Amino acid sequence: MNAPVHIDVIALDRLKVGTRARVVGVDWPALEGGEACRLKHFGFEEGVIVEPLHLGPFGRDPIAIRVGRMTVAIRRRHAGAISVSPLAQ
Amino acid sequence: MNPLPLVAVVGNPNAGKSALFNALTGARQKVGNYPGVTVERKSGRLLLADGRPVEMVDLPGSYSLEPASPDEAVTRDVLLGNQKGERQPDALVIVLDASNLDNHLRFALQLIELGLPTIIALNMVDLAKRDGLELDPTVLQRELGVPVIETVAVRRRGIAELQAAIDDMLSAPVCGVHDRVKSDLIHLQRRAREIATAAVVSETPVRRWTHRLDSVLLHPIFGPLILALIMFVMFQAVFAWSEAPKSWIEAAVAWLSNAVSGALPSGLLRSLIVDGALAGVGAVITFLPQILILFLFILLLEGTGYMVRAAFLMDKLMHGVGLSGRAFIPLLSSFACAVPGIMATRTIDDPKDRLTTILVAPLMTCSARLPVYTLMIAAFIPNTRLAWGVGLQGLVMFGLYVTGIFGALLAALVLRRGVLKGSGAGFMMELPKYQWPPVKDVLIGLLTRAQIFLKRAGTIILGTTIVLWALASIPQAAPGQKQSEVSIAGHIANAIEVVVRPIGFNHDISMALLPAMAAREVAVSSIATVYSIDSPDQPASANKLEDNLKRRWSLATALAFLAWFVFAPQCISTIAVTRRETNGWKWPLFMVTYLFALAYLAAGATYWIAVAAGL
Repeated sequence: MNAPVHIDVIALDRLKVGTRARVVGVDWPALEGGEACRLKHFGFEEGVIVEPLHLGPFGRDPIAIRVGRMTVAIRRRHAGAISVSPLAQ
Repeated sequence: MNPLPLVAVVGNPNAGKSALFNALTGARQKVGNYPGVTVERKSGRLLLADGRPVEMVDLPGSYSLEPASPDEAVTRDVLLGNQKGERQPDALVIVLDASNLDNHLRFALQLIELGLPTIIALNMVDLAKRDGLELDPTVLQRELGVPVIETVAVRRRGIAELQAAIDDMLSAPVCGVHDRVKSDLIHLQRRAREIATAAVVSETPVRRWTHRLDSVLLHPIFGPLILALIMFVMFQAVFAWSEAPKSWIEAAVAWLSNAVSGALPSGLLRSLIVDGALAGVGAVITFLPQILILFLFILLLEGTGYMVRAAFLMDKLMHGVGLSGRAFIPLLSSFACAVPGIMATRTIDDPKDRLTTILVAPLMTCSARLPVYTLMIAAFIPNTRLAWGVGLQGLVMFGLYVTGIFGALLAALVLRRGVLKGSGAGFMMELPKYQWPPVKDVLIGLLTRAQIFLKRAGTIILGTTIVLWALASIPQAAPGQKQSEVSIAGHIANAIEVVVRPIGFNHDISMALLPAMAAREVAVSSIATVYSIDSPDQPASANKLEDNLKRRWSLATALAFLAWFVFAPQCISTIAVTRRETNGWKWPLFMVTYLFALAYLAAGATYWIAVAAGL
């Protein structure tokens, strides 16, 4: 696995499509119980590699994101609660 | 008598659980609801090699034993033996998606900790291979300590081996069932990753099929266009393909009615069978072709994995009124008929999203409104051409559709701010891999939907039709009296007339409203009957009906009548299916009340504005 070159941390909803990044933190209190639970089930947690794949046609929302071996769709608002550090391409 | 051993099939959503369940049990499945919740219970029977039967139950797909939805709560409660209407399973078959082990193993580890006899079906190994992933099931078996069988459920591969393993499992003695799971999620996830990594023999990175397809189907421009095209074809099919079977069913019912009429002497019994029971059954099964065609499309969209993509494309727009992308297809289906539309809301996970969708679905202009709309427009709206070749009649028809759509969006918005306030899990969905669903699974799905509709909704619809018949036939009119005036229904119509007089409705409409509860288009034949009784020497043809309407109704009344039909829940089938899908009378009653209130207000406003404008 490549070591992160950028140390800058951004919210997942601002990560460009096709850019891989490592999750550095999730703002769990910003999410409701059910939402937080579902994100955990999808495998969003520190250290996991994620990559946005597709954006919704209206307002670029929701976002399809690759997490581990799964592709999941979440709304932009929820992606905003996940901070990531982009990996070198 | 000892109950049959109960084996639960359990796993993550999209692990191919239902396909595996179908492969094990075949077409003879029982589908019902768990008591008190609208979560579907699917069970079936598996015959072991020596003929011993085993009861299999297909538990709702879950990510873990910490539920994030009502479905997942049922799965947890069944597994822990706390679910009403279900005993604790004697053994488990855990279904894992071979290409998604790091996620699915977490739930499997949790389940294994329960201590029930367990087998793992390592499913969809073919898709994993297609994606360049080779796994060693013996490593999994060693690390997990339970038997692991490789399967491809949709191709029926590995099913015989799985059956043999279930047989062995049920013959072995059971030791110690735990009632609580100890390990926390983070620990389980870490362990799941370790095992998943250990089980990988080789991995060749390939550009995945699913990703390539998604680049087109989720494209910001082509995506919505393709969705519109698919919806257009589906819509056409629901209308066009159902036309012929519908007319065959109607012909068959008419033939049967004639046969019965010929065989029985005229009287109350003949009327009960012909006008009550047969008419009722006929009304129910004429919906069947539309339901089957629509569900054929829905099952294909669901089975291939496209349904979730459609929801992805439409989510932002639907979110604007407090619904989720999942509501799009049920609502669109409701343009054909709200009954299959409401049945299709089962794909919406969030209970409040689902309920809102059910409650607004009847506002979509269904095909049963068309006969009413066409008749009224033909009678009252002049066939004048406006600019650019647009006709006034078409414009009014379009306006009625748009009013329905806006009514639904507005109702959704208000409901989500009021009685159904609060957000659920929002829109968070896994985008599964594309695959072609096996024909047999699609057929089983169709059969199940047809059964649900005919049995559950059918009994209520049939019952109500007979009640409506009784109201219209009792007491019997003496010679010289009009049956429609003498009957209980006639008296009810008089009472209705008092209520609807202020919104411009006349006596004819009052007479038609009660029978039109059976189905909206009945309003047309009811009004026709009133006129044919009044002038028995003239046949009640459509032209005559139009002339009669023009002579007797004011334009304001006609417009008010149209506005009424945009909103009024005049359809027993819709009410019955809402009862079935919401598991009680509370929500159907709420739906009927708010829709009638809206209809009354809309018709009243239309009438008074029209009168004030001098129409």
